[in-house]
Amino acid sequence: MKSSFNLIGLVIALVVVFTTFGVLIPGGSFFHLDNLELMLRQSSIIGLSALGMTFVIIGGGIDLSVGSITAFSSVVVAWMLLRDYSPWVAFVGAILTGTVSGILNGLLVTRLKVGPFIVTLGTMLIVRAVGKGLANNTSITPKHETWLGKLIDPLKEPDRWHVLPWGVWWLIFLAVAMGLVLRYTRFGRHVVAIGSNEAAARLCGVPIDRVKLAMYALNGAFCGLAGILLFAKLGQADPTSASGMELEVIAAVVIGGASLSGGEGTILGTLIGAMIMQTIKSGGAQKGWSDWVQEIVTGVIIVLAVALDRWRVRRAAEKG
Amino acid sequence: MTTPEAPMVAMRGIVQRFGATVALAGVDFEAHAGEVHAIVGENGSGKSTLMRVLAGTMRPDEGSMELEGRPFAPHSPAEARVAGVAMIHQELTIVAHESVLGNVLLGIEPTRFGWLRRSQMEALARPTLSALGLGDVPLDMPAGRLPIAAQQLVEIARALVTKSKVVILDEPTSSLTEVDVKRLFEVMRELKARGHALIYISHFLNEVRAIADTMTVLRDGTKVGERPVAGVTDDEIVSMMVGREIGDLYPRRPHTPGEAILRIDGLAGTKSPVEATLEVCRGEVVGIAGLNGSGRSELLRTIFGLDQVRRGQIRVGSFSGAATPHRRWAEGVGMLSEDRKAEGLAVGLSIAENTCLASLRSPFVSPARQLAAGQVGIDRLSIRARGPGQRVSELSGGNQQKVALARMLHHGVDLMLLDEPTRGIDVGSKEQIYRLIDEAALSGQAVLVVSSYLPELLGVCDRIAVMHRGRLGPARPVAGLTQESVMREAVGA
Repeated sequence: MKSSFNLIGLVIALVVVFTTFGVLIPGGSFFHLDNLELMLRQSSIIGLSALGMTFVIIGGGIDLSVGSITAFSSVVVAWMLLRDYSPWVAFVGAILTGTVSGILNGLLVTRLKVGPFIVTLGTMLIVRAVGKGLANNTSITPKHETWLGKLIDPLKEPDRWHVLPWGVWWLIFLAVAMGLVLRYTRFGRHVVAIGSNEAAARLCGVPIDRVKLAMYALNGAFCGLAGILLFAKLGQADPTSASGMELEVIAAVVIGGASLSGGEGTILGTLIGAMIMQTIKSGGAQKGWSDWVQEIVTGVIIVLAVALDRWRVRRAAEKG
Repeated sequence: MTTPEAPMVAMRGIVQRFGATVALAGVDFEAHAGEVHAIVGENGSGKSTLMRVLAGTMRPDEGSMELEGRPFAPHSPAEARVAGVAMIHQELTIVAHESVLGNVLLGIEPTRFGWLRRSQMEALARPTLSALGLGDVPLDMPAGRLPIAAQQLVEIARALVTKSKVVILDEPTSSLTEVDVKRLFEVMRELKARGHALIYISHFLNEVRAIADTMTVLRDGTKVGERPVAGVTDDEIVSMMVGREIGDLYPRRPHTPGEAILRIDGLAGTKSPVEATLEVCRGEVVGIAGLNGSGRSELLRTIFGLDQVRRGQIRVGSFSGAATPHRRWAEGVGMLSEDRKAEGLAVGLSIAENTCLASLRSPFVSPARQLAAGQVGIDRLSIRARGPGQRVSELSGGNQQKVALARMLHHGVDLMLLDEPTRGIDVGSKEQIYRLIDEAALSGQAVLVVSSYLPELLGVCDRIAVMHRGRLGPARPVAGLTQESVMREAVGA
């Protein structure tokens, strides 16, 4: 099977990148469990958003507004906590915020028949601006600490029993769930069909617009969750945060083997793609690399990963 | 219930307009259970439009339809499919990344709370796939990895799994080899015996004869006639299609070969050709015959520098060595791709721009001169278009092909490499392309043409070489060849 071969290559790439940093960083601290936990915590925001983006890209779409939706959702969380809403209400509020933003994307794509690149380029600006408006152009810090602020904090003694912070568990549970949805539900298969051959899917009676709308709404919901974790990470909400995040998310999905022309991609691949990116970030930081060096390395990895994949596909095609 | 006399499906007074053009001007059509009903006509005659109306892809402006005596007005292909009318399109509508199983049941997946019910899916798909001879294909294999013929059978399975009573096949054989066509016909006969009504759109009269019981001829959006296939001659059909007597399809005049312009010696590419040696002279037309997949297209592509040369030599005039398409054009070689839409033309651009695409030698372009060049092509090849500024995507297949040929004429090539130049185009356009090939040879150009249609090769070529599993046989004068002898060589008998 081609897809399993893909995954083996990805796992090898992850192991190679990881051990390289492990060897480069003195004292073996990179291999330490604490470091693994740190990397998982740090990758959970990108990871959650990448789950939704995997569906969108497999469905032949793209969403540039994920960074803005994530930031906006985090602003909604802080705004509600500041006004003494219960954390649960803020939690639901953030997910609804993300979902509604996603539905907006979906409606614009399906009703206006404008390409998703342009639509989400527009909503990227609009949603971020709404967030800035809600936050009055500054950051919002709630007065009291709540559980929402501790979702990806390192675990302290009484909570040790759940091994990983809740934010990481979210990512793991939802990744498994989305993997199953993609493979074993009608919705999942329709997303693949639309991304692979939209005309064929339409002829077969697949409700194209409904599936696309659901796909963007789902992606928005994941950005809502990512927004909650972003708030937890910063301890406050900054409407200008998470800018450029859409590129990291797309990169994780593409490194994970998804094709920007649709039809191809897996949840597991996306997770590994996100971990490869995180390893470079963490490793580079611990190695004391400057930001600009890390960014160059990340850029090179993205191009290399996709070029390798294309080369492999071409070779497979020549071999027949 | 239906009696044998009552039609399975009836269309009455169907009118379909696209803006100012009338695609269908009140067409009546009936098809009965247990028959194969062919629809023939030139490109643009309205065959596909009529069937798209029946299959629910288009809603007619006027007219009514009945399925088994009940009114039938599908709003979408899905609705038509559920009601019992399924269409297999000329362009395959396989979802390449989806499994065979998923493809067969696409759009009608049995689910519980949105989750697929695998066992039920298999129960639905397996018998249908087995009946079509696909019982051995792994259900989870991505459908895109099946050979084209099997993909087409998957599409037919998609039609049968919904118990479609009416199955429409729109030029299903255009991408199949002869062996696969035979398989398809067996499947069609079996469906016919089981009481399905099959509607078959084709350009190939010999296929219509082989499979159809009845035929309806369309011309310019009107029905010219309906006949039992047994009683008509080819000439009658063709004159019904074109509305005029056409003379000999192949206007062969004596050619006098000059100096050799293309010499290939022991040529081998990455996969195909394996071994090819050939000489083509000015003023002659050389044909390459062979089955699909025998490496004919790859031979042309290798000569043109699109595929890599592994061994052997290519000499074009006094130039030698491997080349890029860019250099080939400069050396006076033009190529017509078999895949007009994907490779041959920039369909979003105008006729004029496509005509000049290979001849942009100066860094500046003059739109006025391009338009003039486009107009020359339109006049010379009688391309049916509003003008040289019209987008190629708006033209019919035959006229698109003529634009691709106009590009070579505009460039003034010495050697034309033509890959399936008449695939999927109407008889009128075919005739013009044959005449063009003949004129090219008379004016001292050389033509190397690949075709799957043997009568055509025998009609236009001076010499024919047969390709078999990547090996090119000797080029023999056409006078000593028959369809049978060429076919024997092609299948390696």
